[in-house]
Amino acid sequence: MLRLPQFEVVAPESVADVVSALQRPGARIIAGGTDILPNLKHHLGTPQHPAELPPVLVSLSRVTALRGIALDEAAGVLRIGAGVTLSQLSEHPEVQRHLPSLSQSAGLVASPPIRNMGTIGGNVNLDTRCRYVNQTHFWREALGGGCLKSEGNVCHVVPGGRNCVAAMSSDNVPVLISLDATIVQAGPEGVRELPIEEYYKADGLAHTNAKPGEVTTELRVPLPKGPRRSTYVKWSVRKSIDFPLVSVALRFDLGEDEATVATVKVVVGVLGSKPRTLGKLDDVVGKKFGDPVLARMVADAAYAQCKPLENVPYEAAYRRDMIRVYTRRAIEALAAADK
Amino acid sequence: MASDDAEREATGDGIGEAPVVGADGASEQVERDRAAWQLGKAHRKVDAMERMRGVTRYTDDLKLPGMLHAKILRSPHAHARIKSIDSSAALAMPGVFAVVTGQDFKIPYGIIPWTPDENALAVDKVCHVGDGLAAVAAVDEDTANAALRAIKVEYDVLKPYFDPEEALKVRDREGTINPYSRKGNVSKHVLLEFGDIEAELKRADLVIEGEYFFEGTTHGAIEPHCALAHVDGGGVLTVWSATQVSHYLHRELAKVLELPPHKIRVIQPPLGGAFGGKSEPFDLEFVVAKLAMKTGRPVKLLYTREEVFYAHRGRHPMKMKHRTGFTKDGGLLGVDARTILDGGAYSSFGLVTTYYSGQLMCSPYIFPAYRFDSTRAYTNKPACGPKRGHGSVQPRFAMEIQLDKAAAALGLDPIELRRRNAIKAGEKTVNEFTVGSSGFLECLEKVERSSGWVEKRRSLPYGRGIGIAGSTYISGTNYPIYPNEMPQAAVQICLDRSGRARVFSGANDIGQGSNTMLAVIVSEELGIPLEDIRVLSADTDLCPVDLGAYSSRITLMVGNACLEAAQRLRRKVCESVAKRWGVPRQRVTLAGRMAIDREDPARHVDSAQAFQWAEADHGLLGETGSYNTPKDRHGEYRGGTIGASPAYSFTAHVAEVEVDAETGLVEVKTIWIAHDCGKALSRKIVEGQIEGSTYMGFGEALMERHAVDPAHRGVHVGPSFLDYRMPTFLDTPDLEAMIVEAPDANGPYGAKEAGEGPLHSSIPAIANAIYDAVGIRLDRLPFTPQSVLAALRQREEQERAGQLAPHKRADLQPRRSA
Repeated sequence: MLRLPQFEVVAPESVADVVSALQRPGARIIAGGTDILPNLKHHLGTPQHPAELPPVLVSLSRVTALRGIALDEAAGVLRIGAGVTLSQLSEHPEVQRHLPSLSQSAGLVASPPIRNMGTIGGNVNLDTRCRYVNQTHFWREALGGGCLKSEGNVCHVVPGGRNCVAAMSSDNVPVLISLDATIVQAGPEGVRELPIEEYYKADGLAHTNAKPGEVTTELRVPLPKGPRRSTYVKWSVRKSIDFPLVSVALRFDLGEDEATVATVKVVVGVLGSKPRTLGKLDDVVGKKFGDPVLARMVADAAYAQCKPLENVPYEAAYRRDMIRVYTRRAIEALAAADK
Repeated sequence: MASDDAEREATGDGIGEAPVVGADGASEQVERDRAAWQLGKAHRKVDAMERMRGVTRYTDDLKLPGMLHAKILRSPHAHARIKSIDSSAALAMPGVFAVVTGQDFKIPYGIIPWTPDENALAVDKVCHVGDGLAAVAAVDEDTANAALRAIKVEYDVLKPYFDPEEALKVRDREGTINPYSRKGNVSKHVLLEFGDIEAELKRADLVIEGEYFFEGTTHGAIEPHCALAHVDGGGVLTVWSATQVSHYLHRELAKVLELPPHKIRVIQPPLGGAFGGKSEPFDLEFVVAKLAMKTGRPVKLLYTREEVFYAHRGRHPMKMKHRTGFTKDGGLLGVDARTILDGGAYSSFGLVTTYYSGQLMCSPYIFPAYRFDSTRAYTNKPACGPKRGHGSVQPRFAMEIQLDKAAAALGLDPIELRRRNAIKAGEKTVNEFTVGSSGFLECLEKVERSSGWVEKRRSLPYGRGIGIAGSTYISGTNYPIYPNEMPQAAVQICLDRSGRARVFSGANDIGQGSNTMLAVIVSEELGIPLEDIRVLSADTDLCPVDLGAYSSRITLMVGNACLEAAQRLRRKVCESVAKRWGVPRQRVTLAGRMAIDREDPARHVDSAQAFQWAEADHGLLGETGSYNTPKDRHGEYRGGTIGASPAYSFTAHVAEVEVDAETGLVEVKTIWIAHDCGKALSRKIVEGQIEGSTYMGFGEALMERHAVDPAHRGVHVGPSFLDYRMPTFLDTPDLEAMIVEAPDANGPYGAKEAGEGPLHSSIPAIANAIYDAVGIRLDRLPFTPQSVLAALRQREEQERAGQLAPHKRADLQPRRSA
């Protein structure tokens, strides 16, 4: 078995204590551990946490304040504590009722045991992944000494590239962006809330805008104000365990007639380090949701705007074709369910 | 007394409990039941409860006082000469006890005595990424890992060869990968010809030519390899190892360590899977042994998952060119096969694999001419070896698609074509092997009927298809790996006064249930339930020699040895009881934890009493049984013994698939499998083997890929269970396992193998079903969605050009759109 590096664990009980613990050199947050523990075994660090620095794992296991899901009807949002597990999120009745696409995506992460451990806070902070990175230290040495994101200074995905394009592989992030969720960060400078869409940036080494010493405490997802059709579609080689190779979140808010599209938001994951929100969908607004042309328009837009890379297995060209197919089918399935 | 026993039996849940013959049963009833008292029932495996409760102690669970941990330094280069190794800094580290390198293991070994071409640690050169070259023993794993990093190695990097055909062209010393090879990168070449193949192909009405590629796959056992060694005060070296061949390990340890065999004891603790991946010695066993000898401390080493991928010995990638001739009625006239095997850096079982790639293709069909030309190449990759269905799964893939192509060309039902060519019991194959029993026709019939073949062939729409394939496999090889005239298997059984039996067997239970199989035989013969039987296996100090768990040999060979010993004891026990009752021996039978008078079943004693009478008459009750193979079943030519077996199993698979023409995804809905195992000694275990084998083939068909990346210095494409994708439960089709029983005169109660045969034809059955669904031939594994889409596009173009008619009825074709 691969060994973990030696590490220290601290387990504060409040968010304030977590924030102060994060000031220690080498401090890294651990919640369910399903992402960080394999990364530690693989000697993977981040710019803020070099792999050589002995980790101080700041466990969120005792921070009970992070564990709830609450319907805030006054504010019109569902508040989801960062410590809620993916199983709890997926199975929560309010989530299923108001935010079915989020229930879907949370239920499609990895496998049941991993969903029982992994949290939504951890999942939105999932480190970016790459076929040339998420391997053992020995393997990367055999590759010739790693890459931009590990020990080296080259990119094996984009030869000559200077910018890391490791893939944002969370199933839930595209959905949360499609739902206009906000993310709450607590840090030494206090608490801030920002649209989750602005939380991510196109840099595989540091793909979030989290400030040093910050911890994600909550996700706030606006409740639908009218009729809505939303879904998440994932393709992976296996029906369980695997990270997504095609990942698309779709949301259509409809008018009072329950047919005319008022708002559309489509977000695609597993491209580079930042999910892509499709633009140029204005023509879709005003169309009838059941109109077969609509599914094709959105699928074509997804194909035109998304260019997968060879950062995960399976040829990029195939994955690009499949973004179109799965997007169209997802919309057709939603429309068919209306009938 | 009898009713107590009956109650005890009745409290079971039906698994592992056979009905107890009641005292009031008629004697005929007793006799009828006796034959079925245990045989063919569903048994709980003898080790099931421990495993399910998580208390089984695997090799890595063993801990000895003062135990050290070892780690192996591995090469990051695919091909390099070792200029120097400086381990002084490592040795100086606190907590480091010893370092060994290739210099400590200069005697080469190999599982096949004719091809000893590897060293426990590389001596002069490393031949693939992950090749081991030094090892340390330290107080704990972290210290051992730190010490590895302190070892300085200087390499001369050499040009690596990843393509077998390119490697075969190399003639110079510099480009010769394996340090012991005397023929460049040719690891083995076999050319055998039977009948006049050119003449047969000339007179054929139809010759199908095809090129196939079988991708490398690996075993994926959950338990990584692990070994622990300890030298006792008397100088005896004990090695506990997760091996499936303790006897061969024993021999190779003696050779490499230069110790007399009687100073070595090998123990195989319970295994967490093997599938052929643990059927030869590996670097870790020599390393822990040597380090234990050097340090005087117990030393343990557990592979990481990544190391298991480098140890490999999995399925050889094979490139196969087949020409197959047929009459217009579908009669098979001849097969001409050319095969390149990509062997990796070492021989492993490669000599045998090269033979098997041709020798095992001559059944279940009979045909008058055959030629195969197989060449195994050394390449700079982890060595290939035996994986479930050793050597014959790959050519079977080619063969069965060839038959399907012929059926399509001739307008014949592919099951009918196979039926017309099926080999019959007692016939001789074209390569001169004698086939004993054969239930192949019944296998075909069973899958045809249960799958609804006839109706589905007519009615399944475009996108949905059904395919058939058949196969055969050996029940052990007629000749052991090293030539000798001693028995291939032996078992010793002791009975004690409490009514129990102890069975000593050298055979390796690797999860296939061989210990349970032995208990079933002893139970059947001696009338005591499975729970009263202790099977002690795979300990070279306690058990008679057995050659190990490979080539599906154990049920037939060790089963026969066990049956002989058990019947000897049965005779003694029955005799002593008969003497007490004053009746002839034949009147006494043993069943239900009793000895019973057949003619007066009210008269009975419990087994303990019967054993005590027998012990009083004969002294301690112990018997041995041995088995050796019949020597008249092979071909009289060089290599004619390789692939010859006492008995052959037969399998037929029908797969039903759905192909998504837009995504290229293949979903296998159901696989129906009929397997002729001669006689199912333990029904659930046989069904489990059929399902497990078929599942494994399914995974190879759709997902699995063990390969290195030539564009990235030959690193493995993903040495982990995240990247090496084996199907999950959700991916797995419905599996309908059906047992066919054509008893073989050479098997115990007629039994033949069940552990490997049912893998073979699952792969071509899926390929043939894909053809039926959408009209494309997938001749390369695995069937990825990209390859399906590429083939569909190619077919579309041919249809547009008028070279092909649309597949299936035009009105059933979905309109493609993207």
